[in-house]
Amino acid sequence: MDMQSATNRANAGTPIVRIEHVGKIFRADEREIVALKDITLDIYQGEFICILGPSGCGKSTLLNAIAGFALPSFGRMIANNREVSSPGPDRAMVFQEYALFPWMTVAENVAFGLVIKRITKDAIRSKVDSLLEKLQLADFRDRFPKELSGGMRQRVAIARALALDSPMLLMDEPFGALDALTRNSLQDEVLRIWMEFKKTIIFVTHSIQESIYLANRVVVMTYRPGMVKKIVEVNIPHPRDISSPWFISLQQELTQMVMEEQMRSQKAETIKALA
Amino acid sequence: MHDRPVSRTATLLKQFLHSAIIPVGLLVLWEALCRYQVFSPQALPAPSQVFVKLIAYARPQDPFDAAKSNYISWLFSGELPNDLLATFLRVLVGFLIGAGLALPLGLFMGRFERVYQLFNPIIQVLRPIPPIAYVPLSILWFGLGNPPAYFLISLGAFFPVLMNTISGVRNVDAIYIRAALNLGASRTTMFRRVIVPSAMPHILTGLRVGIGVAFICVIVAEMIAVNNGLGYRILEAREYFWTDKIIAGMITIGLLGLAIDTVMSKINNYLLRWHRGIEIG
Repeated sequence: MDMQSATNRANAGTPIVRIEHVGKIFRADEREIVALKDITLDIYQGEFICILGPSGCGKSTLLNAIAGFALPSFGRMIANNREVSSPGPDRAMVFQEYALFPWMTVAENVAFGLVIKRITKDAIRSKVDSLLEKLQLADFRDRFPKELSGGMRQRVAIARALALDSPMLLMDEPFGALDALTRNSLQDEVLRIWMEFKKTIIFVTHSIQESIYLANRVVVMTYRPGMVKKIVEVNIPHPRDISSPWFISLQQELTQMVMEEQMRSQKAETIKALA
Repeated sequence: MHDRPVSRTATLLKQFLHSAIIPVGLLVLWEALCRYQVFSPQALPAPSQVFVKLIAYARPQDPFDAAKSNYISWLFSGELPNDLLATFLRVLVGFLIGAGLALPLGLFMGRFERVYQLFNPIIQVLRPIPPIAYVPLSILWFGLGNPPAYFLISLGAFFPVLMNTISGVRNVDAIYIRAALNLGASRTTMFRRVIVPSAMPHILTGLRVGIGVAFICVIVAEMIAVNNGLGYRILEAREYFWTDKIIAGMITIGLLGLAIDTVMSKINNYLLRWHRGIEIG
């Protein structure tokens, strides 16, 4: 609830993630696609950052770069005071496709990152149980992912990421495949987790409403090359009322920005189709 | 709602009768054609005669003697139980050798591109040769008896298991790899807890196809290299023109094959109970 202290924390100390002049080029059949261009952004401990943009703007590419899956072609990326060179459990990720291991039960999925850490079985069990309890999954601990709904699968994925005790949570359009109601309840869940566990959350989305509802800073990105178009601070305490005047006016402002990029992407697609 | 279980039983009975029409009809037709001597009994004996022969083939040959053996071992002392056991053990040993070699090789080839490139050419050359074509070589190398049989059977199981294991490992969904890397998995953990389970549906398909081919090979091997087992028995029966015994032996081979496949399928369903395609309970 207390946005103020989050902002205070944000202003103190070194950033948890430093993105310095980062660029990324993909080569696809003799063509070069500039996915990211000269992105500079500092993210501080305790922030909830939403990266917003139309599809193809490189927002997932940026998140993957922080996660260490695809390293930048230019610039520097520092997370947890170390230069990012490979994926690791200090940057826990929640994927849009859940990416649960279907051959493991809910409890085994959540325990995966803990088993690797070689802590005692009892410690793993109590940690898993408490996470399952917190995410209302206790009754499903021995189920396989295929038996769960999309919303529950994503809860398991969140529990699995939280088990790592990573200072940050990277979320790549985590609720993109869910229906509106489930999506709303999971948004509240993530806010609860953000406050309770004092995580830094970097959340990629193409939903304007979602970004205003969640973030303390919304990073709007441009369509190819992906650059930071604007950073919008949302200094309103949670829970936020999506029907309040400030919400609606901010939504209109952001819609304007995203639409501009959407138009550019459509133009580019048309040119490509005609070529 | 009282009549619900009854109607369910009735439906099941109806289904059963429906699926029995063709087999029973064919048996009756076959029996009738033989009774009216359309076929000579030498070429095609009546099903009743085959059945009588099957019982005779399965029955203990000596009367029960408590002093010589216990009841159970007497009960299974007939020719057919011994042949059945011999064939089963042969296919099992051959399969375990073949699959036991193919599985680790397949896992390594699937996981490491350099190992794949090292072994793939020779495998591509050897794979299209049907195992049956190894019959002459197997006898030259191993003589007669069980060794050439094991060689042929394991060869039959080897390639299906190998090819499926390789493709299972190579086709692991990248999203699982990414998730595991993000969760801090080491190379061993990745292999043991992510790649192998993810490849399991392919591997099990390979094992099932492998045991099927091994079963073909055991019958062939028994016809040429050994003097017991179901394959040997039906070839032996031919020399005496015991057509009824040939057919009785073929039926037994079919039943053993069915039993093996059923067991494999059960194992398959248990190990893949997490898989989307299979619904449980």
